[in-house]
Amino acid sequence: MATITAEHEIEASAHDASPEAVVVRFAGDSGDGMQLTGGQFTLSTALAGNDLATFPDFPAEIRAPQGTLFGVSAFQINFGSSEITTAGDAPDVLVAMNPAALKTNVPALKPGGLVIADTGEFNKRNLEKAKYETNPLEDGSLAKWDVLAFDISALTLEAVKPFGLGNKEALRCKNMWTLGLALWMFDRDRQPLIDWLNAKFAKNKVLADANIAALNAGHAYGETAELAGPLRKLHVDPVPSAPGLYRTITGAEAVSLGLVAGAQLADLPMFFGGYPITPASAILHNLVKMKEFGVTTFQAEDEIAAICAAIGASYAGQLGVTSSSGPGIALKGEAMGLAIMTELPLVIVNSQRGGPSTGLPTKTEQSDLYQAIYGRNGDAPLPVIAACSPGDAFECAIEACRIAVQFMTPVMLLTDGYIGNASEPWKVPDPAAYAPFPKSFLEETNNPGGKVLPFKRDSLGVRPWIKPGTPGLMHRIGGIEKGIDTGDIDYSPQVHQAQTDARKAKVDGVAKAIPAQEVCLGNQTGKLAVVGWGSTYGPIHQAVRRARRKGRDVSHIHVRHVWPMPANMGELLKGFDKVLVPEMNTGQFKTVLRDQFLVDARPLTKTSGQPFTIAEIEAAIEGMLG
Amino acid sequence: MNDMTPITTTLKDWESDQEVRWCPGCGDYAILKAVQRTLPMIGADPKNTVFVSGIGCSSRFPYYVESYGFHTIHGRAPAFATGIKLANPELDVWLVTGDGDGMSIGGNHTMHVLRRNLNCQIMLFNNEIYGLTKGQYSPTSRTGTNSPTSPIGSVDRPALPCAFALGSGARFVARGYDVSKDLPEVLKAAYEHQGAAFIEIFQNCIVYNKDRFDDFTAKPVAADTQLWCRDGEPLLFAKGTKGLALDCDALTLKVVDVVDGNWQAAGVAVHNVRNRGLAHMLVEMPFGPFPMALGVIYDDPRPTFESAVVEERARLIAGKTADLGKLLAKGQTWTVEDKHAAHGLMD
Repeated sequence: MATITAEHEIEASAHDASPEAVVVRFAGDSGDGMQLTGGQFTLSTALAGNDLATFPDFPAEIRAPQGTLFGVSAFQINFGSSEITTAGDAPDVLVAMNPAALKTNVPALKPGGLVIADTGEFNKRNLEKAKYETNPLEDGSLAKWDVLAFDISALTLEAVKPFGLGNKEALRCKNMWTLGLALWMFDRDRQPLIDWLNAKFAKNKVLADANIAALNAGHAYGETAELAGPLRKLHVDPVPSAPGLYRTITGAEAVSLGLVAGAQLADLPMFFGGYPITPASAILHNLVKMKEFGVTTFQAEDEIAAICAAIGASYAGQLGVTSSSGPGIALKGEAMGLAIMTELPLVIVNSQRGGPSTGLPTKTEQSDLYQAIYGRNGDAPLPVIAACSPGDAFECAIEACRIAVQFMTPVMLLTDGYIGNASEPWKVPDPAAYAPFPKSFLEETNNPGGKVLPFKRDSLGVRPWIKPGTPGLMHRIGGIEKGIDTGDIDYSPQVHQAQTDARKAKVDGVAKAIPAQEVCLGNQTGKLAVVGWGSTYGPIHQAVRRARRKGRDVSHIHVRHVWPMPANMGELLKGFDKVLVPEMNTGQFKTVLRDQFLVDARPLTKTSGQPFTIAEIEAAIEGMLG
Repeated sequence: MNDMTPITTTLKDWESDQEVRWCPGCGDYAILKAVQRTLPMIGADPKNTVFVSGIGCSSRFPYYVESYGFHTIHGRAPAFATGIKLANPELDVWLVTGDGDGMSIGGNHTMHVLRRNLNCQIMLFNNEIYGLTKGQYSPTSRTGTNSPTSPIGSVDRPALPCAFALGSGARFVARGYDVSKDLPEVLKAAYEHQGAAFIEIFQNCIVYNKDRFDDFTAKPVAADTQLWCRDGEPLLFAKGTKGLALDCDALTLKVVDVVDGNWQAAGVAVHNVRNRGLAHMLVEMPFGPFPMALGVIYDDPRPTFESAVVEERARLIAGKTADLGKLLAKGQTWTVEDKHAAHGLMD
């Protein structure tokens, strides 16, 4: 089996012939099918038993003008034979489908990395659009990389000639040609892709055959071309992983499945109110197809109606869920206050994107943490949970459902554009392994001889859930401050004080109903704790791992329950001399930690719309440990 | 609305123990009584009845009815009602809103609940003023209304709630006013209509817009200025001495005199609640030259939103079973058997 030598600066250990991990980036026009190519390459990589992480990076425009710099869509995959937790820092291989894709992506390529370019697209017009004065494939400007340039367009046209497609349609097979070449380079099986194409184009056999022919031609090109130099077959060994059934999953899929599982565990029908918004819409798309699980979906007229309808459904006895991204969450704020005030269960999913305002609709950021924890009028506490990876989003969605129904409270679940779109291999869980948390409704009065007390709290401070339709328990609820137990309008000073305290105490009490905070890598005490939340998990974990290999006394703590935090959090942090908080915002969690625990947490911030690289966090660790 | 055995209640059964907190003399008292009179009449069941409101004077309404009630946020009652009704279509849902709540901050939701045709009754209390916030002009205030925010008279042109409702696709539009003895009949018709029933109720805000509707509700002028629309009956008013006829040249309505009760000779049109074009003309005819059209102006049911959702769902899930394990393992999967990955393609 062919292997690669460390000619390209990949993470090869000195002893292995095959590399530990390889990072490949596919880049082209937003109409070139790069996300599709990347997605299929991901699948074939997972099937080959490699661990992987991906990073789709696409423009906000659906079909930006062809050939332009801002219309470039890219998909990065990091795969290898050891545990992968990030999409990789710098790519080893860049597939550039046009000059604009080359220009915007080549600066990230590792020195000595490989560029594969389609010369068919490097014409005068496209070079001008990409603002190249001379052809970079010819002017020597790519000297620090290996360049493989050939006319993929012409080769594709030739390969699909027998199928009689029009020129435009034929050229759309280019991505499959390129994928075929990539599959050859990394010794991947073509069959799953052929099956997939046959299924995708089941109604159009010609298109299926043409795409398969292009795929095979790309593969054959790698196999037979007498190419000297850089193009050689790379084999990456499979990663040893726990036995079981696996699939690939994106964060949006995981949230959808987790919500369905959560509602099932609560033994409740689920009502999902949504309004289209990037990058949260995928959850609504998914749930529409899961109605057999007692799911009702409602595409509302706006973000406000989406959450209000969900609260209405919760009031009527279902598990109300709504999802959006930052701007939509802002619109939902007042309704969240009502759900807090009326103490109804509700799950609010925020797939964060870059902000403020419309900001970066298709890019990732963690800048809605303040909004999640504090962003409502009045003293309006609600629990906040953050998923750290696509697979983790499944667990977090179940956890959000559990807390919402057990504590009769809205719960916010934070993911982000990166988690939502990225995919990773996922060990399919056994639903039977999750403890059910069924919720019972009040069916008979809790105040014999008197009128029902809809706000009578139990030992956890939780009020009963009473469905309209229940005989004899008619009552009124609303957003005005209410009397103790009765729920009757009462905004006298002592009552508002008592109810404000009670709502806070209830949410604070969630801290006792969640697992203690653990250290996910390193010692329980030490010189430095790197504390993260959400999708920074991967780069933090790898950076801490590398620093520890170098003998640094550093631990990684990753917080799922960001509000309220686990009861041991303060003690845990006190066990470290220093605390570093990397996050994709201007330091929000750092501030929360300082406020809650009076620790001297130091920020490492990034707001470029791109995830942290491992190197950035490693450097910060070195800086802290000096 | 629902096929439930009618149960027997009295007006008293629909009175909650809450102290009513509207200003003395407010038109809301009369509307509350009219509703509490209507509910026994239609055989409503308190346990299956939900009053949903937004914010404003009118929106305190649910607290005073002995049923389930949800006082929500400003303008959004239709959205809450949609969630409630989709979660449990068996519930009778009544919306209480006002001209500020339903036509201004919540105008969008009013439009969409009507176009979707959610089976509910929407009572819009129109007093042409913001009462709870102390008297600012509202989206239905007539141009020139003096208020704290329009000291020399408002310059906005007012919205016509019933025209808005028809434009949004409402299949039931009616009008009444607070102290009208006929209001329960209108509410009953709204309740019997399958789908979103929109009722504009003129309501006298005695503090900030006192007697605004006197020009057609005051006893001395009522008979001459009110036209009660009844299906299949001629559009007559002023004790049968006047009627509405179609001006065939202008394609509008015109007022005609009726001599000796011979409305046919005068060409008076017969009301047809399924005639959408007529409904548009009746709600838009200017008061003054024309009477105020009251009663059931339009009533032409279509399938309801919740029934369509139930049907859609049945079609989507036909032949599917809810197997969570299978759902989680959907798509292309592979099995890792030992320490190393082995291929095992499944579907």
